[in-house]
Amino acid sequence: MISRTVLTKPLTLAIDTVRAPEGLRRRTWLLQLAFGALALAACATAPLIGPTTISLRQVFDPAIPFAHNVDAQIFFIARLPRALAGALVGGALAGAGVVLQALLRNPLATPFTLGVSAGASLGAMLVISFGWPFAATGLPAVPVASFVGALGALAIVYALATIRRQGLSTLVLLLAGVTLNSLFSAIILFVQFLAEPTETLQAMRWVMGNLDIGNYRPILWAVPPLSVAFIIFARLPRALNLLTLGADSASTRGINVLATQRLAFLSASLATGAAVALAGPIGFIGIIIPHLVRLLVGADHRLVLPASTYLGAAFLVGCDVGARTLLSPMELPVGVITALLGGPFFLWLLVRHR
Amino acid sequence: MPIRINRCRMVVRPRPQYLAVMLSLIAWLPVTGTAQQHPQRIVSVVPALTEALFAIGANDQIVGVGSFDTMPSEIISLPRVGGLLDPDLEQIFSLRPDLVVLYGSQADQIEQLTRAGIATFSYIHGGLADSLSTLRRLGARTGREAAAQQVVSMIIARLANLDISLRGRRRPRALLVFGREPGSLRNIYASGGIGFLHDMLEAAGGHNVLAHVARESIQLTSEAILTTAPEVIIELTYNDRMTLDTQLAELAVWNRLSAVPAVRNQRVHLLLGTQFVRPGPRLAEATTAIARALHPDVVP
Repeated sequence: MISRTVLTKPLTLAIDTVRAPEGLRRRTWLLQLAFGALALAACATAPLIGPTTISLRQVFDPAIPFAHNVDAQIFFIARLPRALAGALVGGALAGAGVVLQALLRNPLATPFTLGVSAGASLGAMLVISFGWPFAATGLPAVPVASFVGALGALAIVYALATIRRQGLSTLVLLLAGVTLNSLFSAIILFVQFLAEPTETLQAMRWVMGNLDIGNYRPILWAVPPLSVAFIIFARLPRALNLLTLGADSASTRGINVLATQRLAFLSASLATGAAVALAGPIGFIGIIIPHLVRLLVGADHRLVLPASTYLGAAFLVGCDVGARTLLSPMELPVGVITALLGGPFFLWLLVRHR
Repeated sequence: MPIRINRCRMVVRPRPQYLAVMLSLIAWLPVTGTAQQHPQRIVSVVPALTEALFAIGANDQIVGVGSFDTMPSEIISLPRVGGLLDPDLEQIFSLRPDLVVLYGSQADQIEQLTRAGIATFSYIHGGLADSLSTLRRLGARTGREAAAQQVVSMIIARLANLDISLRGRRRPRALLVFGREPGSLRNIYASGGIGFLHDMLEAAGGHNVLAHVARESIQLTSEAILTTAPEVIIELTYNDRMTLDTQLAELAVWNRLSAVPAVRNQRVHLLLGTQFVRPGPRLAEATTAIARALHPDVVP
């Protein structure tokens, strides 16, 4: 049922746009502001919450050198990078979810549908299981390897979908992605089979997602690809609105369908690859947040895409506070929290709205 | 159609020679299967216990080992039969063992082997005392009580000597890490307040900063490392082939947490070798190495 709602709504909204463009623009702007403020508030408060009480005065006390300042290190190493990474990853996964659902015209599409995350996982598994030959270079081993894996998967899926030179086939995209997912999963299982038991534990833990990155370098590595993805996301909404009506319909309304599909696929894949490289494949955000936002504000991508990005950011930052606080000193896998919180809440919203 | 039915009946009907074979099988099963006789053909898929079997002199009785076994060097020539998650039952059967040593969680395999009339010896690792009693139990099961007792006594004597030399010394607050994502401080696994790793740390004259958490393993947040403020961090890795460059790079990763006393005072130690993660006959050796890291001035 939800697919019908999602797919028919843009049409009414497109008519709305013609009828009352000023009102809609203002509403879009206000709602974007509200969701943006929520994300900012989450990022600002998350580093203040934790199992240890820290004094902000001591955190920013210039008299204590950073190397000896426990409160400052808790704030700047154990909490702030997690909040920033959580915001980037949550935003990227939710945004990628919206874009892929529109591109594939499938409400069940997630950032992990097109094989990019499986490629990223394979890269990470290889390094975790067999070591990293460039340890001395200081490169962050697992993130770099998983991003390379993501790019590899992206290239394979894209090549397969465009091989017949008749544009970008979303059907081939979907099938190639799903097949690649299975194929990579099989290779991952084989790699884990060959690995030592302790490494299999590490590999399994990586798959559950973790934002405890402890420094800013992995975030800096993720910023360039994520920036490219977010810039493209910002230019996509109008075209995505028309694309959800179907390729033919969109092209009669002056949309360059192939260019839009290409941009949508590349940006969503880039965002997913960078997010998974940074934090592991954290599930549920890419499917729950977009639908949640649609249930709250309608299906116009001019609102759904930015709002999902902001809400995804706020949601993951919040879940991560739970991950590092609930069972302290133990770390709870953040992917478990996103699923446990997101799943029932989404179901409740789904039932309530019918 | 009637002809086929007749044929079927003929096949199903037991013939005298089959009956004889079945009877002899039944007569044979209890002898090899349930007998508490000392086994002559042992397969072990648990690395710690494979080491233990060799340590108590059961060398000639061992006919197969697990895929992850690395110690001692004599095992190189023995057939491999899979590991904890994927023991190859067909391979195990083909070795015609009269005792298979497995981990306690391998319930399915234990059941299948029991059904096939093959005796099993299973164990689940616990604390240091459990490891020693397992060694004794293994000795009794394989007819090598005296040898096992001797190995256990040696371990106890070495631990007692260690205890005497450390008597009266302050026990540094220590964190025992046994897993971490390479090149980063993510997914850190450390020993909680129970289990052989915790016992080894305490026997080596350290005070486990996570002694209050009643778990064998804890995935730690970096915040927890900063707040528990260990004076010594001991990181164990089974990978004894790690190059020096990699070791230095992995140690340097800890420098980010410079507010932790262990990091500030350069007391983060990387100990390599399988003896640290396998509670077998090398327990005393492993504990001594940990003691050396904790008390370098006392333990040679």
